[in-house]
Amino acid sequence: MREAFACALVLALGGAGTGLAQGGAEPIGDAERGAEVWVFCSGCHQIGPDAEIGIGPPLTGIFGRRAASVEGFPYSQSMQRMGRDGLVWTLKTLDAYIEHPAALVSRTRMSFDGLEDAQERADLLAFLRDFSAKPSNIPEAPPTARADLPQLSEDTLAIVGDPAYGEYLASECQTCHQQDGSDRGIPSITLWPEKNFVLAMHAYKQKLRPHPVMQMMASRLTDEEIAALAAYFGTLTQ
Amino acid sequence: MTLNRRSFLGTGLAVGAALSAPRVIGQARPRVVIVGGGAGGATAARYIAKDSAGAIDVTLIEPTRTYYTCFFSNLYIGGFRDFASIGHSYGTLASGYGVNVVHDWVVGVDRDARTVTTAGGHSMSYDKLIVSPGIDFVDGAVPGWDISAQNKMPHSWKAGSQTQLLKAQIEAMPEGGRFCMVAPPNPYRCPPGPYERISMVAHVLKASNPTAKILIVDPKESFSKQALFEEGWQKHYPGMVERIGPDFGGANVSVNPDTMEVDIDGSVEKVDVCNVIPAQKAGHIAEAMGLTDDSGFCPIVPATMQSRVDENVYVLGDATIAGDMPKSGFSANSHAKVAAMQVRAALTGSRAFPAKYSNTCWSLIDTDDGVKVGASYAPTDEKIAKVDGFVSQTGEDAALRKATYEESLGWYAGITTDMFG
Repeated sequence: MREAFACALVLALGGAGTGLAQGGAEPIGDAERGAEVWVFCSGCHQIGPDAEIGIGPPLTGIFGRRAASVEGFPYSQSMQRMGRDGLVWTLKTLDAYIEHPAALVSRTRMSFDGLEDAQERADLLAFLRDFSAKPSNIPEAPPTARADLPQLSEDTLAIVGDPAYGEYLASECQTCHQQDGSDRGIPSITLWPEKNFVLAMHAYKQKLRPHPVMQMMASRLTDEEIAALAAYFGTLTQ
Repeated sequence: MTLNRRSFLGTGLAVGAALSAPRVIGQARPRVVIVGGGAGGATAARYIAKDSAGAIDVTLIEPTRTYYTCFFSNLYIGGFRDFASIGHSYGTLASGYGVNVVHDWVVGVDRDARTVTTAGGHSMSYDKLIVSPGIDFVDGAVPGWDISAQNKMPHSWKAGSQTQLLKAQIEAMPEGGRFCMVAPPNPYRCPPGPYERISMVAHVLKASNPTAKILIVDPKESFSKQALFEEGWQKHYPGMVERIGPDFGGANVSVNPDTMEVDIDGSVEKVDVCNVIPAQKAGHIAEAMGLTDDSGFCPIVPATMQSRVDENVYVLGDATIAGDMPKSGFSANSHAKVAAMQVRAALTGSRAFPAKYSNTCWSLIDTDDGVKVGASYAPTDEKIAKVDGFVSQTGEDAALRKATYEESLGWYAGITTDMFG
């Protein structure tokens, strides 16, 4: 940690791109170590002034960009919907996406399970940050301002849901979502792994996911109720 | 005083539920009779039958064999849906869920003996009765209009032949003719509905009769999603829609169906089509059963949807005084799920969970220009109270409006499956 910090500081003094804030603000991460993490992304994504569409969309200027907005890239339906609903890539939303892509964008085409290590994500974000506009050249300025990133505690994730309660709560979901799992204009919510379901609902509750109806529905659910829903929809898979 | 009465009722119910559970086990299956097969009644029938897995005998009494949903009937008028697509039969409730579907009118209810009598001469007993009768019109609400004038001046506020009639009249309007809507006072079924209808009428006329005009005579100061509708009318149908609110006499209106004249605060206008949507009250059977109060609607217990006057009767949907919830198919469906859970708990001892209610209303302004408003609700001692809500914003981009419309199609498919299986 200390080494990483020192390294970023050197880069800052050298005038190269950096994830370090001026005026003592907290750094996003270590952009140089982020460049090492980027190697895994670079099989599909390009970045830099000449970046083009590859297997994935180019990530130059990703901060502040609306999801699914690179012209000509065949985004998944899920990603397109997120873009229409107003998902914008910020430090907060990108961090959530990289941590667990399917929890933020259910059926994303990005075949990547997620990066669990928060430090590695921070380093990668610091690296990506150098290829986006830098208002006032302060990394903490919008669109990369770091809001308090809500985290799910192990305790929350460990809650064992009550499927009978979940069945009652699910009746409210099924006013719109088809119980047979078909998508007739509103996405399917059956056959989801429980953890993904819990993460997705918390992402709406914490307003990381943008859809206003879902934010409203999730906002009044307790952690136990979210677990109950996940448990009930989990039983449908058997 | 009121509080005492409520808490007395609440206590009585809890004891009743605890005692009745063991009593019914071992006896004949407990019986639930549901009056009205719309968004509330059909949903309640399906949920009680499905979740009790045969432990409760469910009878649904509904006069019509095909139910046409009021929601999306404006889209039929606008040419976005065909008529058959808003019609639903009760076949799956009978075959897939074992609901005893009786196509008949309820003409009498004896709440002491707990029996229901139908026009066909049948008598049925119940342990719990669910009443979901929708709305009826207040007599004399629009002077000059009564139900016998509904062919000349359709209300089209109960979907079916009335909706078809209004569409045919709009299509037969003379070139440059005039469409008039007499809008209802609050409270009424589907708050944004009249204004979505105006949008759909304008959509049709813009294509087929672009010099035609639309007049709204409205007793209300303001209406649901007003900024969104007015922005949309300005954008899609400039100069076509005129609204006369109460400040210009919109609350003082009478009609003459024979001459097709509308008298607005003394100024007589001749029109070609006149859609009269009168003031509303709970469906007649609720009144006949003594479930309504002076407002014409039915007071309910917010946590359970039980009638305030009879703990064995539950009332759903537009007929109820549902606090902050609007009268809508979505609301009725939401009421039904709470009532179904409570009825099962009372009759079979299954678990009862805290009530949660919600509503979302989508409206279409023009092709691919959809908007929505919604809220979540929870019961307090006093009423069903709003918890949180949202509404579409003016100036949203076209992609979001298109997505909102497409979402409404998904919702229609979802809720009609949720109602009818």
